[in-house]
Amino acid sequence: MALTKEKIIDSIYNQVGLSKNQARRVAGSILEIIKQTLEKEESLLISGFGKFVVKDKAARRGRNPQTKKDLQLRARRVIAFRTSGVLRRKINHDI
Amino acid sequence: MNKSKLIDVLAKRENLTIKAAEDAVNTFFKEMEKSLKRNDRIEIRGFGSFKIKQYKSYNGRNPKTGKIIEVKGKKLPFFKVGRELKERVDNI
Repeated sequence: MALTKEKIIDSIYNQVGLSKNQARRVAGSILEIIKQTLEKEESLLISGFGKFVVKDKAARRGRNPQTKKDLQLRARRVIAFRTSGVLRRKINHDI
Repeated sequence: MNKSKLIDVLAKRENLTIKAAEDAVNTFFKEMEKSLKRNDRIEIRGFGSFKIKQYKSYNGRNPKTGKIIEVKGKKLPFFKVGRELKERVDNI
């Protein structure tokens, strides 16, 4: 079963000594702070977990693979996630 | 922004002690880590999802010596950004 926000809220409720409502607010707040950070083009480093970075992508010519028509793709700003070495080793059970 | 700054901002925003904010942030990322270690997906609406991708082993080369070496298979989390975050960041 996939991990959802609801399960994270339950864990915060069980482990931090907050009410269910507070735990819900806090989880939402963590996500909102993260989103605002990335929105400002600032990267987010969670040591032991990974890094979220904002990258600017140049406009480029692309092609619709279905119709084979050429099209112009505009410049975009995207998010990339880079896994921390510690987490990578944990996932691969090397530590 | 790093984890300790996130804890500070959260504490101020939600009127929590630093300790409570720290516990909440640590629990948040610990749950994600536990899920990924079980090969389980994470789905957070508006933020994004993570899933484990399995990479096969392949023969690579040591770029310095040119020697052929076996690169072992590995698992890596793949992050797919959610629609709300994607649209908020792509504000060029």
